[in-house]
Amino acid sequence: MSEEYILQMTDITKRFPGVLALDHVSLRVKAGEVHALLGENGAGKSTLMKILAGAYVKDEGEIEVFSRKIELGDPKAAENLGISIIYQELNLIPTLTVAENIFLGRYKMSNRIQVGWKKVYEEAETLLKDLEVDVKGTDYIRDLGIAQQQMVEVAKALSMNAKIIIMDEPTAPLTARETKNLFRIVKKLKESGVSIIYISHRLEEVLEMCDRATVMRDGCTIQELNIADVTMDEIIRLMVGRELKDKYPRIEKEIGEELFRVDNLCAGSKVQNVSFSVRKGEVLCVGGLVGAGRTETVRAIFGLDVKTDGRVFIEGRECAIKNPKDAIRAGIGYVTEDRKGEGLILKLGVDENITLAALDGFLKGIHLNLGKEKNTVKEYVKKLNVKTPSIYQKVENLSGGNQQKVVLAKWLLSECKVLILDEPTRGIDVGAKIEVYNLINELAREGKAILVITSEIPELLGICDRVVVMARGRMSGSLSREEADQESIMTLAVGAEERGKQK
Amino acid sequence: MKIKAKEKKGTSYVGILIALLILCIVLSITSGSFLTASNLLNVSQQISTNFLIAIGMTFIILLGGIDLSVGSIIAVTGLMMGLMMKSWNMPVLVSLLLGVVFASVIGLVTGLLITGFDLPPFIATLGMMSIARGAAYTITEGQPIYTFPEGFLAITGRYGGIPIVTILIMAVMFAIAAYVLKYTKYGRYIYAIGGNKNCAKLSGIHVKKIECIAYVISGFCCGVAAIVLTSRLDSAVPTNADGAELDAIAAVVIGGTSMNGGEGTLAGTIIGTLIIGIVANGLNLLNVPQGAQRMVKGGIIVLAVIVDVLRRKRSQKA
Ligand SMILES: Nc1ncnc2c1ncn2[C@@H]1O[C@H](COP(=O)(O)OP(=O)(O)OP(=O)(O)O)[C@@H](O)[C@H]1O
Ligand SMILES: [Mg+2]
Repeated sequence: MSEEYILQMTDITKRFPGVLALDHVSLRVKAGEVHALLGENGAGKSTLMKILAGAYVKDEGEIEVFSRKIELGDPKAAENLGISIIYQELNLIPTLTVAENIFLGRYKMSNRIQVGWKKVYEEAETLLKDLEVDVKGTDYIRDLGIAQQQMVEVAKALSMNAKIIIMDEPTAPLTARETKNLFRIVKKLKESGVSIIYISHRLEEVLEMCDRATVMRDGCTIQELNIADVTMDEIIRLMVGRELKDKYPRIEKEIGEELFRVDNLCAGSKVQNVSFSVRKGEVLCVGGLVGAGRTETVRAIFGLDVKTDGRVFIEGRECAIKNPKDAIRAGIGYVTEDRKGEGLILKLGVDENITLAALDGFLKGIHLNLGKEKNTVKEYVKKLNVKTPSIYQKVENLSGGNQQKVVLAKWLLSECKVLILDEPTRGIDVGAKIEVYNLINELAREGKAILVITSEIPELLGICDRVVVMARGRMSGSLSREEADQESIMTLAVGAEERGKQK
Repeated sequence: MKIKAKEKKGTSYVGILIALLILCIVLSITSGSFLTASNLLNVSQQISTNFLIAIGMTFIILLGGIDLSVGSIIAVTGLMMGLMMKSWNMPVLVSLLLGVVFASVIGLVTGLLITGFDLPPFIATLGMMSIARGAAYTITEGQPIYTFPEGFLAITGRYGGIPIVTILIMAVMFAIAAYVLKYTKYGRYIYAIGGNKNCAKLSGIHVKKIECIAYVISGFCCGVAAIVLTSRLDSAVPTNADGAELDAIAAVVIGGTSMNGGEGTLAGTIIGTLIIGIVANGLNLLNVPQGAQRMVKGGIIVLAVIVDVLRRKRSQKA
């Protein structure tokens, strides 16, 4: 029977201090299939894959690849066996070029001591062209957006010509267009007999792309199934262990007068004459393709990038925002899209991360009231259902989705009037997504103005009160909730793009 | 899946504490004079300078920076205080206060260079190290200043054999610094910036201000160290505290603080200082020649960091 399975992981157990991350987990993958690994945040998916990729050492269990029992100790060994991985978190070196990153440690040599740079760059170009990404081999990673960086990670994984490719939430930072490209590549790989282990919290993708799936919950294997035999609701029930009714909950709330207004904002070439306003209690979603200038707009509002022109008003009063401190003082909170790079301090604990932007609330004179801090943190950890063995755990050791909840908790605590969320549900599971939506609703009901940037159109449609769409650094249109649908948004997002290109 | 809650953090120095105890036990066995009150009191005086500057250095390294200028600041501050007391006949207390202010201002200048021009701390403090040392040679044209007033020498004097004032100064400085790191906003911000500057900035932290203040703190610690050192030696010479920066950095690193910033404790630093001081003392008692002493010290620094790296790796992987 092991003929059929190219990979078998049996009874894998893995403990971390204070956490039993994997408890006799098994996974079987056939040759040439796309196998989904599903489960809530913290279920142990990434841990299992890191073991397979040699980044972690298992405590117990057996791994068989090509019917051979193997011991994986380090990433190089896994690579030699034909296993490559796209990690959930980006792992590129910012100061090196795209091509240097793709072939890092595997440079083609033109002789014993000289790297054949020409060859390296040529091959990189080929790979990138194949992926249809708008990136050159000579670009530096630090100059790329996070979606582009993700595509470089994909290129890197492909360049190893692996037999098994692990993709840990590859589409989380991508938008529709890049996702489509990725799927095209996945199909091609599959046809050539490569097996892909695919982790994603976007279940639509899983239904579309995958052949079989293994569902995990709390460090255990729950079930192995054929995707063709199940519905999305059944998958969700297996993952969460209960029924989830409403994927995009709505609540009764009142939308009041204008609270937040941006007038004619300009910043660099990516943000041109952007104006919009958000009312009290309103959830305004910003749609558009990657590179449309949405993140840049928000960064300029928040005082991270220099504004060349434009004004920001909160409650009718103009706010001079020169740096994030001014922005926070004015009452703006900002959940960034890059949680590892900007949202979190990985070496610090859950507690310290959550209170970082709101320490003033715990001060008595100069004294930080650690007891009060602890209680508040506990309350937020409970409210957002953050899975962590203790509030002192380093956030580095939390699963991706739980890290995202920590970032959210931080801004909820800062008591802002305007909350800007850039891709707030990236990498978090279905159940947690609903929790985030509920939270957004709750905050709106409290009278905050909420601005959500999201590239997932179903999500955008599900939570917005109004939509604005950006393309090529400009506002290309505004839609009411009734007018907005997949097509009208894409027309505004892509249409303007195409027109721009023809110019 | 919880088995047990992780223990409260900040206990990473337990490992080196054990190392320190083992060191003490070995020395008590090999040298009869190690575990005597008079020797231990000697040690406490010998480590006082390093103890004080290592406190400031902890702030700097936690931030992800480094301060190479500490030794030079001590030398030039010692001479300045000497001038004030001996040549300008200023009261002792005023001279000391002005001396500490002087050292803090040097720290401020370094901090402003680093934050204002985005200089790497290594370069800025390397420059300041040379400038301050050069100034020390210049202000008295290389001449030492000695035979200080009684009141000044009293700071490191022994009462009933015990250098009470010195020990008191060390204890107070440690207590304040430990308090600041743990119980103030400023301390929290130090860890945050050292851990992730981008995130700190986004959280509304005035990163440059915090950084600048850290160099002032380091300067301040040097000022206090200059008082203790000059008083103990009863002389201010331009070569005072030569190479002190290395001992301070070593103490911080042995104490488990990451050179990348963001991780570490003051308690660790203090244990690091003790280890360095006790090793030097032990080797002296055992009559090991100076050259060999230096080699041993180098070996210990490297070993301590190797152990620390391995420990970190294990807690990440295992
Ligand atoms: N290095 C580590 N040290 C301690 N605990 C860890 C470490 N890595 C993971 N964990 C814990 O192991 C559990 C499983 O984490 P894992 O990252 O595998 O989850 P996941 O299924 O990938 O979740 P997500 O969908 O959020 O990415 C979590 O409870 C996490 O906190
Ligand atoms: Mg994961």
